[in-house]
Amino acid sequence: MKFTLSWLHDHLDTSASLNEIVDTLTRIGLEVESVDNPGAKLAAFRVAKVLTAERHPQADKLQVLSVDAGDGPMQVVCGAPNARAGLVGVFGMPGATVPANGMVLKVAEIRGVVSNGMMCSTRELELGDDHDGIIELPSDAPIGAAYPDYAGLNDPVIDVAITPNKQDCMGVRGIARDLAAAGLGRLKPLVVPGTTVTPAPVAGEGAGPDIRIDDSVGCPAFYGQTVAGVSNSTAPEWMTRRLQAIGQKPISALVDITNYVSFDLGRPLHVYDRAKLPGGLVARKATSGEQLLALNGKTYTLDESMTVIADDRAALGIAGIIGGEDSGCSDTTSDVLIECAYFDPESIARTGQKLAVTSDARQRFERGVDPAFVEDGLAIATALVLNLCGGTPGGITRAGEPPVPATVIAYDPARAETLGGLFVAPERQQAILESLGFTVSADWHVGVPSWRRDVEGVPDLVEEVIRIEGIDHVPPVPLPRIPGVATPTATPEQKTERRVRRAAAARGLNEAVTWSFVSEAEAAPFANVSGGGAWTLANPISEDLKVMRPSLLPGLLSAAARNLKRGADGVRLFEIGRRYLAEAERATLGVVLAGEKRARGWQGGKALGFDAFDAKAEAIALLAAAGAPVENLQIFGEAGEHWHPGQSGTLRLGPKTVLAAFGIVHPLTTRAFDLDGTVAAVELYLDAIPAKRGGTGFMRPAYAPPALQPVRRDFAFTVPAGLAADALVRAVKGADKATITAARLFDLFERDGVRSMAIEVTLQPADKSFTDEALKAIADKVVAAAAKQGAVLRG
Amino acid sequence: MADLDHLHTDLIARIDAADSLDALDAVRVAALGKQGAVTALLKTLGGMSPDERQQQGPRIQALREGVTAAIATKKAALDRAELDAKLARETLDMTLPAEAAPVGSIHPVSQVMDELAEIFADLGFAVATGPEIETQWYNFTALNMPETHPARAMHDTFYLNAKDGEEARVLRTHTSPVQIRAMQAAGGTKPIRIIAPGRTYRSDSDATHTPMFHQVEGLVIDKGITLGHLKWTLETFLKAFFERDDIVLRLRPSYFPFTEPSAEVDVGFSVVNGKRVIGGSDGWMEVLGSGMVHRTVIEAGGYDPNEWQGFAFGCGIDRLAMLKYGMDDLRAFFDGDARWLKHYGFSALDVPTLSGGVGA
Repeated sequence: MKFTLSWLHDHLDTSASLNEIVDTLTRIGLEVESVDNPGAKLAAFRVAKVLTAERHPQADKLQVLSVDAGDGPMQVVCGAPNARAGLVGVFGMPGATVPANGMVLKVAEIRGVVSNGMMCSTRELELGDDHDGIIELPSDAPIGAAYPDYAGLNDPVIDVAITPNKQDCMGVRGIARDLAAAGLGRLKPLVVPGTTVTPAPVAGEGAGPDIRIDDSVGCPAFYGQTVAGVSNSTAPEWMTRRLQAIGQKPISALVDITNYVSFDLGRPLHVYDRAKLPGGLVARKATSGEQLLALNGKTYTLDESMTVIADDRAALGIAGIIGGEDSGCSDTTSDVLIECAYFDPESIARTGQKLAVTSDARQRFERGVDPAFVEDGLAIATALVLNLCGGTPGGITRAGEPPVPATVIAYDPARAETLGGLFVAPERQQAILESLGFTVSADWHVGVPSWRRDVEGVPDLVEEVIRIEGIDHVPPVPLPRIPGVATPTATPEQKTERRVRRAAAARGLNEAVTWSFVSEAEAAPFANVSGGGAWTLANPISEDLKVMRPSLLPGLLSAAARNLKRGADGVRLFEIGRRYLAEAERATLGVVLAGEKRARGWQGGKALGFDAFDAKAEAIALLAAAGAPVENLQIFGEAGEHWHPGQSGTLRLGPKTVLAAFGIVHPLTTRAFDLDGTVAAVELYLDAIPAKRGGTGFMRPAYAPPALQPVRRDFAFTVPAGLAADALVRAVKGADKATITAARLFDLFERDGVRSMAIEVTLQPADKSFTDEALKAIADKVVAAAAKQGAVLRG
Repeated sequence: MADLDHLHTDLIARIDAADSLDALDAVRVAALGKQGAVTALLKTLGGMSPDERQQQGPRIQALREGVTAAIATKKAALDRAELDAKLARETLDMTLPAEAAPVGSIHPVSQVMDELAEIFADLGFAVATGPEIETQWYNFTALNMPETHPARAMHDTFYLNAKDGEEARVLRTHTSPVQIRAMQAAGGTKPIRIIAPGRTYRSDSDATHTPMFHQVEGLVIDKGITLGHLKWTLETFLKAFFERDDIVLRLRPSYFPFTEPSAEVDVGFSVVNGKRVIGGSDGWMEVLGSGMVHRTVIEAGGYDPNEWQGFAFGCGIDRLAMLKYGMDDLRAFFDGDARWLKHYGFSALDVPTLSGGVGA
């Protein structure tokens, strides 16, 4: 919401400086976004008179002028066709910067004649589009005066952000009222703009126009008055200047009047050309599919939920949002109908959202204009039309009645302190509320003014009091400390996440945060997970950010590809976040290892890439950090179609609970992400890790190292093709549970088509050392257990 | 007895002259071996008279001990020389590069979330979470934003394609729905102090806005809580977070549908080397929105607003990170560029603690 300082002064009698006004606006919740003085950039331009004009000796199209800008005659070369002796215009002194092109004026020779400055056009000064000639001012304009002072351009434009609850401040007058309440002066009595006349209904001749309401929900009140025989030329300068200053393009007196009242008083109006209205006006619901060409040049298709203003034939405008092209005023308009209506805020909001139309009228009606101001609004509009365009008024029609609420709130002034945290004396509170238009009874029943639709209860009154008194004066009060030592607040899931995150970073992985949404193409390789994405955005910001990720890998694979393209040798990224499945959002950790695992070096030789066992190592280490019982994990296949079918697996607790998938990413998947080479990856399903059971205490079991040293024995087996190493190791380990504490595969080779595995077995004697017989018996059990897997002890 | 002295002198000279362990061993065998000269002398002791033995015995023994000790000393010297030579042969160019282990890092957003959890734990706040794919009721309606509320249109909301028969869900536009969920979980009878950090979404994209960003919500519900408590909490939090005592806050009246009264909070900054640094009051920067929880919201959470009141605040985590650690482009947060992650990231060991300071 923009307004100028002089405009504010129409409503506020104040001696406060611009800075005081700006600071106060922000302090009371009308946040100032900018202050701009359009006159500042024209300070070096003066009103000047052309004394003489002669032909330039060297150029047909140029003239040599003698110009008086207050300091006596000066020679100026000018190319404007309208330059002539006696003309009063705007002169740029040497040193002035021309706003339109940034050129700094200086004394220069033009075709051999010295020129001491420039006579300017409106376009050069960014005051208009005219560039056919230089500006012509009235002949009585004061020679030598600074042009912005003369033209009234030194009127700072203040732009404030109006929050959705402050509908009353969508007009300059509401802002003035707030400033007056904040002690910055006195709110002047309301007058018809440009006059000193108090608004009152204009008694016209004859019957009022034919207006009726068929949709009393969407349009509870529709007042109208006609004026015949108007002349719709341009609005007066004081009005157009202010409208221009706030970025509104002057159009014609009638249109400018409606705009002006809208910004001045927060009261939107509409003016119809009666010549284009064959019958009466009706506020009705639109019919489904009804179309309207609006003033913005767009055609809208309406439905039955929307309110329109129509004549007998068709809709003329979308009520309270935007008028129609066909019934607007033009230069030739002579008879008009002025509309001042009250539209239901909720209906306006719904219609505006559906049609995606924003307009100054919608902004005001959907926040809720003052329902008690319909009569005065029409009176002001009619008075302005008569003042500025002439004509004869007709009678007034008042269809329906605006719903003026009479909200009374039982208030307790103590609430300013018990809710707002600031003691404000009750009499001061009363003064604040009254200055804002509230009424306060002796027993603190507070009447809410009709323009404050947002005030519903006690907290709203507290806010009004605190905001005007100064929310910054609220003293800080320590939050009562919960007695005793601060107890841990993190949940087990949060602790797990923190541990895993720091474990991953400690293992040399870099944590990334990638978008929660990916493109359909990126989600596609994960079709086996939620069909490649269970949730799709209806209104994505781009096709790249459209599907909620079903896995953390697509985002990380894209990031890895970007890193490699930027010249990274090796990429080790991880992310902890959610994957979005049809039924829930699940905590997940993803790891992507791409490029070089180890650079070529004097010790290690050639560069080394990542393999599936790097992924497996990360999976197990991070699961351990997450507190999963890694010693009980079993390895299965079936990781999914986006993995290398022979170099991937899942880590499970029992056959059903999958804690992680790991391995080499399927080459078709990496190719889809524009990645070259082998990429290893891990996905940890943090949500599947079982919670730690029991034991809230810190006590560890007693330390009891075995008395005797362990014994190690090696066994080498030839194994059948396809036997999983893990199966053999488990079988060996389980051969004699009483003595075998560990079994570890330490060698693996194939010769002549025969596969061999060597396993180191650790035996722990209990109370006495093993005898040769005992060792032999254990060895026999190991061999027998291995034999069940088809393994044969090598001779 | 000059023979013994002579023998001693001779053996010591030969021991000294030995230049290898083999040569030394030859001397040892010649002196102390079965056929050795000293051994032979020792053998003569058996055939001596007691008087003679008493006189010769100690001398021969002394000879044996002297030679044995000299051999041991020499052997140690030769061993050492051999070891020295071996080590000399093992000399490597110590300027050769050692293999570097990869260095991991924690993302600034995670680090700041940990810092927040630490600071607020001290004030008795637990960390709460909620879904990011949220119903419109939790994201808007329960927060006093009915369908036609103008603020609802200002949220740049992402909508998800509706499932059969369901109202379309949204990506939560703020962390405030967690207020409702936390109140519902607490059952309307217990005081609440929580923070809720997490991902939030708005369909907005430029240098300072990304369609996904991080927010932290704070909520206190209790009896007798006022705007004064809110102000103290925010001051305390920002002082702890930036680890500066000269943090100055400025509250400005504002509007959020879910709080009443509402305030935006600016924090003072000073300009150091052309960059804005939090602290001082050269200028003001908006950092968070806050207010007393609206009665409608308290009711939606299952609490009686006549009995309970409290405050809530919301703050951008990415922005907090930028203000504290100096990043200036929000988009880089979500690019996964390893160079950026290493530059702005944190060591795994930089766990924020109150005793060590939460910043790193």
